Amino acid sequence: MVRIAVIRFPGSNCDLDVVHVLKNVLGVEASLVWHKEFKALGYDGVVLPGGFSYGDYLRSGAIAARSPALEHVKVMVDNGLPVLGICNGFQILVEAGILPGALLPNENLKFICKWVYIRCDNGWTAFTWGIPEGKVLYIPIAHKEGRYFSDEAELERLSRKRMIVFRYTDQKGEAVPEANPNGSIRNIAGICNEKGNVLGLMPHPERASEELLSPSGSADGLLLFKSMAEYVKR
Amino acid sequence: MVSSKLRKVPEGVSLTSKEVAWIRRKLGREPNPVEWGMFDIMYSEHCSYKSSRPVLKILPSKGPRVIVGPGYDSGIVDLGDGYVAAFKVESHNHPSAIEPYNGAATGIGGIVRDILCVGARPVALLDSLRFGSLQSPHSRWLFRYVVKGIADYGNCIGVPTVAGEVEFDRSFEKNCLVNVACVGIAKKEDIILAEFKHPGDIIVLVGGSTGRDGIHGVTFASKTLSEESEADRPAVQIGDPFMKKLLIEAVLEALKTGFVSGVKDLGGGGLTCATSEMSAKGGVGVEINLDRVHVREAEMNAYELMLSESQERMLFAVKPEGLKTVLEVFEKYEIPYSVLGKVVEGGLLKADFKGETVVNVPAELVARAPVIRRKARKPPAVQEKLKASKPSQPENLQKAFLELLSSQNIASREWVYRQYDHEVGVRTVVKPGDGDAAVLRLIDVPKAVAVTFDANSRHSALDPFNGHAGALAEAARNLVCVGAEPLAYTDCCNFGNPEKPEVFWQFKQGIEGLALMSKGLKIPCVGGNVSFYNEDEETGLAVKPTTTIVMVGLIEKLDHITSMGLKEAGDALIMVGTTLPEMGGSEYYHEILKFDGGEPPKASVRKEKATIKTVLKAIRKGFVKAAHDCSKGGLAAALAVMAVKGKLGLNVNLERIPSLKIGRLDELLFSESYARVLLEVPKRKVERVLKIASKNGASASQIGEVSDREAFTLKFKGKPVVDCSLSELEEAWLTPLPKALEGTPA
Repeated sequence: MVRIAVIRFPGSNCDLDVVHVLKNVLGVEASLVWHKEFKALGYDGVVLPGGFSYGDYLRSGAIAARSPALEHVKVMVDNGLPVLGICNGFQILVEAGILPGALLPNENLKFICKWVYIRCDNGWTAFTWGIPEGKVLYIPIAHKEGRYFSDEAELERLSRKRMIVFRYTDQKGEAVPEANPNGSIRNIAGICNEKGNVLGLMPHPERASEELLSPSGSADGLLLFKSMAEYVKR
Repeated sequence: MVSSKLRKVPEGVSLTSKEVAWIRRKLGREPNPVEWGMFDIMYSEHCSYKSSRPVLKILPSKGPRVIVGPGYDSGIVDLGDGYVAAFKVESHNHPSAIEPYNGAATGIGGIVRDILCVGARPVALLDSLRFGSLQSPHSRWLFRYVVKGIADYGNCIGVPTVAGEVEFDRSFEKNCLVNVACVGIAKKEDIILAEFKHPGDIIVLVGGSTGRDGIHGVTFASKTLSEESEADRPAVQIGDPFMKKLLIEAVLEALKTGFVSGVKDLGGGGLTCATSEMSAKGGVGVEINLDRVHVREAEMNAYELMLSESQERMLFAVKPEGLKTVLEVFEKYEIPYSVLGKVVEGGLLKADFKGETVVNVPAELVARAPVIRRKARKPPAVQEKLKASKPSQPENLQKAFLELLSSQNIASREWVYRQYDHEVGVRTVVKPGDGDAAVLRLIDVPKAVAVTFDANSRHSALDPFNGHAGALAEAARNLVCVGAEPLAYTDCCNFGNPEKPEVFWQFKQGIEGLALMSKGLKIPCVGGNVSFYNEDEETGLAVKPTTTIVMVGLIEKLDHITSMGLKEAGDALIMVGTTLPEMGGSEYYHEILKFDGGEPPKASVRKEKATIKTVLKAIRKGFVKAAHDCSKGGLAAALAVMAVKGKLGLNVNLERIPSLKIGRLDELLFSESYARVLLEVPKRKVERVLKIASKNGASASQIGEVSDREAFTLKFKGKPVVDCSLSELEEAWLTPLPKALEGTPA
């Protein structure tokens, strides 16, 4: 049985949603773990859910990134286990230095909650190996600090090492400026580490994992969790 | 004999002389300054409902689905399968008018606590906002920051903001209305009430520390706004959504221990309100020690501790044997708490501070202010306005139509709801802007809850009775349009100064209108909130009478969920309900003809019942692909929204619209008659739907069809009245709010 931990920091608010999808929709074993009690041992994978950890005081994800739980997350990263950071979880991974770059305030300086199209550009990560490259997914975003940024040298490395996993696109899969909701550099919506076992993304796959909830009647987000579970089994 | 020196009431206390005499007589002695302060806030209109209580009594509050009715923190209705929905509405008008960001944010904070207090998990927020014209920089400032306050707070605590409304009218220029509502879901056996019941229970104050903020917030909310109101800014509380999120999880976890016998939030009236109301409800007394309150400011005195309205605080009654277990939950979440005292026999509210008893009064006397019977008088100006002669019809109706779509009260609200996380919680099936009501599925059973927030200030200003009855009916229609059966509602009354007989007349008329429709449709009222004194002292201008209605409905089968966007070319469009020349208070008169008179729509229980039954039946039979109620902007605006949302065109023959006494095309297009709904139905089901309508006594007919051409065409006897492209509609409807708010300085 696949065992996945979903870490609850004070202020996490998508934790129960991820547990619901893993348990009730996908049928894997998922535990909600209070951050102080989180240990790497005993889990096949971990999800850092969205929300406002520590109220996003200081900077989004900055305080959680320095909590002891992240030391255990790093052990899992090094052991090649799948580590998924969604929204605030992505911000935490970036703040912790596990993923490169930074997440800046959206271009319009407002919170944006919207269903968007993203294209899968790397089908070889722990979370996308069940997704054909080039496939366009329909998934909502909900954030205020989601504008991905890094310098040219880093972007070059991201490209070369195929670390850009998701880009904001139009429905046809073109990464045009109009399809970029927050001003992210090169329309980046999600990136992975070099090994491909860590993924951080701003869109919320757990909100797009059941047909009932999607305006298009798809369940594209579930593909990420399915891949994660399959990756563990393999 | 008490000396005359002692008989002086402390300065700043706004009790009436009758109330002062009543308190002295009942208490049998002179209250001390702390006690005077407590009576002062608890006898304020905001806490006591002393003017409104005798009127609100006429609303029906019982029904087979009602579990908890008015008088508690939230109304609760039965959803079946062991689940209940708790919901509550509250106004935060006064604080938002002077400090829009924190005023609105703490409104959300307060309403969430009301839901938590009954043991339910908050799953949805709604907001109903009213401002002056968008042309006014002051109103834009209020609007921007109220929305930002709601977004920042609601998004952080992880409760989706799923529905609401915004209306602009000059009467709200100084006095904006910010009404917020929250819906919670719980298992029936987990419901708890805000009462002290068992003597011996330990009283624990949990959450944010107590400071001097918000002292006398409720007395401030019980007077009109004036130049000096700016000086009242310290009376606005400051929110901390992060602490609130911790509180939500901690409270729900603490309740699960089974050792909590009552919880209440500390909102308006602070510790005074919570201790007195919980004791009075349970028929017991309470003893607390104010030295134990965890504070954020040094040297606070007893008066400040009893009256502070610092946010994010809750009061618990805990069984002594479980105290340790419950406190461990708060420690886990690192939430500060203090053990203040205990529940005792008798009915006295007693507080000690620095070795002295500083409060010793019957809780009942503090919690239940005597009612005031206010005078009501019909304002003479109303009659003239109703009878004013009609303005003439403009030549170019297409131009008028597009202008109306762009007008501030009809244009798309996307600018607002994009800023709200409306998805968190993975329950939101019908999202903001996609249907007449928001739909939230239940996670554990295949059912859903629908919720809507409605009012109509312009109709009510001309005719509060019909305007209020119509708003209630509109809420019911909105629920039915998404496939839900209306269960119950809660109302938030926003009026001017009730001491003015003309204002009180509006209030009485409004509530009588609600009562009529509520009884007629058999939808009970399970709670509410009253906000008076929404009036500008300098100009004497009161807000238009506005009672906002939050109504909750149940969707028995997920297949019944219906949205409003058109779905498929070739389908038929059916109009249910009759259009009459009821143009008074319409957006068309106001925006296009610049006319504020005329007869507003009349509410009819019989017609509403017929329409509601027809629509619900047709949806449950599976015949309906899209449904939308006709309200602001009339039939024409409703059709346009269905087209834009579905990205499909349509053809309508206006002569087929069921109507009565209509003499002009603009009346047919823009009348805001009640009891009307548009349906998209597959062609082969048209006869079946018309049959359902005739069986239920509703007039209905097929008025046109959905087309895959990008054209939106409304013809009268073959001649086009409106003929435009979908992109013209999109431009007219989608862009006005961003243009007004992004293109202008703050």
